Amino acid sequence: MEPFKKIKSIATPLDKVNVDTDQIIPKQFLKLIQKTGFGQYLFYDWRYEKDFTQKRDFVLNNPKFKNSKILLARDNFGCGSSREHAVWALLDYGFRAIISTSFADIFYNNCFKNGVLPIKVSAKLLQQLFEATSEIEIDLDKQTITSDKLSISFEIEPHWKKILLEGLDDIAVTLQHENSISNYEKLQAESKFKIS
Amino acid sequence: MNITEKILARASGKSTVSPGDVVFVSVDKVMIHDVSGPGVIAVFEKLKKAGMKIDHIWDPQKVWVTEDHFVPAADKVSAQNVVLLTNFTKQFGITKHFKYGMGQYGICHTLSHEEAMVLPGEVYVGGDSHTNTTGAMGAFAAGLGHTDVAYVLLNGKIWFKVPETLYFKINGTLPSHVMAKDLILKIIGDIGTDGAAYKTMQFGGSGISEMSVEERLTLTNMTTEAGAKSGIIEPDQKTRDYLAERGVTKYNEVHGDPDARYEKIFEYEASELEPTVAKPFSPENISVARDLSSVELDKAYIGSCTGAKLEDLRAVAKILKGRQVKIRTEVLPAAISIFKKAMDEGLLKIFMDAGVVVGPPTCGACCGAHMGVLAKDEVCVSTTNRNFPGRMGHVESKTYLASPLVAAASAVTGKITDPRDLK
Repeated sequence: MEPFKKIKSIATPLDKVNVDTDQIIPKQFLKLIQKTGFGQYLFYDWRYEKDFTQKRDFVLNNPKFKNSKILLARDNFGCGSSREHAVWALLDYGFRAIISTSFADIFYNNCFKNGVLPIKVSAKLLQQLFEATSEIEIDLDKQTITSDKLSISFEIEPHWKKILLEGLDDIAVTLQHENSISNYEKLQAESKFKIS
Repeated sequence: MNITEKILARASGKSTVSPGDVVFVSVDKVMIHDVSGPGVIAVFEKLKKAGMKIDHIWDPQKVWVTEDHFVPAADKVSAQNVVLLTNFTKQFGITKHFKYGMGQYGICHTLSHEEAMVLPGEVYVGGDSHTNTTGAMGAFAAGLGHTDVAYVLLNGKIWFKVPETLYFKINGTLPSHVMAKDLILKIIGDIGTDGAAYKTMQFGGSGISEMSVEERLTLTNMTTEAGAKSGIIEPDQKTRDYLAERGVTKYNEVHGDPDARYEKIFEYEASELEPTVAKPFSPENISVARDLSSVELDKAYIGSCTGAKLEDLRAVAKILKGRQVKIRTEVLPAAISIFKKAMDEGLLKIFMDAGVVVGPPTCGACCGAHMGVLAKDEVCVSTTNRNFPGRMGHVESKTYLASPLVAAASAVTGKITDPRDLK
């Protein structure tokens, strides 16, 4: 997983509430089993016409937001199906951070497992970000979002901060304890042997 | 402590826990299916590439696998995924693999209770957001993403933040034209699709004591649609009887203490409930069925973990007996065991005589996979649990979520219909 330290980019304003994972990545793409390649299908129905040409009025298709690494969205982002493909698609497209007032629980956890930073801010601050026109910078270490006009600090659980900063996923964190796990397994195996 | 707190305390080896505590719990059961399974396998592959040796999983006896979303194989890729899943279960010695077309099979959340896979007091996680369903058996049941499921498969543990609990007290008995689906849609309409975000929704009161186990499962299934971490109902004699019928009598029930704390208590009078429908495109967008009697339909879909259990099919048969459907109507029982019981009880004959298509157990069109998905502008009344844009097919199709009684009555008239108004 790529460590997350600082990112600077224009933010893509997706002015919708309750964006569910069916919209983020529709069901027909769930059959793909590799974790990459989903980016082209991100927000498929909102982004493309039937013939796969881009819908002009959808924000991701605005050239201004090309190469954006930050997504802004309204309340309850990521609700619905638990499909982790939703985070894979956002990441594969290029988003490293999503800012909203709230996130659905399973989606929120899935983000950290894949090196994506979900940030919760108040509705008032989110509105200011929606109105910002210049690039914004997210500094995870300092827990700040800044632009030429704004300076916001955000909260994050220390554990999540650590794994994002170091680019570890949960499994990598566990593997740091591999020796003690092996020892424990060895002891368990021996004790079973004695009983039988 | 309430039941959820007590289960999480037991599973984390603590004498007491409170909402907000982060606990590392031992998992009793874990489920994967033909969408989350390949996702988990992808995570394993990534780990192997990173140099991790994965030659065994934590406990193959505690893992169970279903084929349900894209079966019967919808296309070549779906067929390949089932092969992948089969190879995976063979490699890791997982024996509880409900293979499509062999013995018992069906939708994961239905098999969880139909096969008594999850028992009262257990911690159960699955690679699907509707894992909450099985909380109706008195277990802590929650859905996880693929990476988290992979972690549980390797380690048998997972952390949770102990959720706050919202308690829904239902007084009295549901009228005969009202089902659990109407109640849960009403609740979601009241609290919103994020009304229970990271909380447990617990149901109790005389209305729940009176309610059958299958109907209770409809309530917990749809807690996901209110953003809940889990849904739960304390086990009682009905739970015990249900499990005993399936040959299971040994488990450790957990009950809340008399002074259990809830973040908030909501009360509903069962007698005041009406047949309720969620309009496109959100489960919170509710209306009483009678106010939608002008909505013309193209199709009725009776299927899924929340709307094709045996009692759901009985409710549909009650309406369709001696009547004809006016629109394309499909019934897909949620498991093959339910299909057989419906056959033995004569329900399938009633459906066929009414002009209904009876299909195999699968998630099918509920997730827009196959088996009767919707075309552009088609309008469907469905006993499923989600009506987001494009959920059941074309992004410009429309789904109205309803109880099996309302769906069946609507199939007869071709418009959304309150079962009381059927001539």
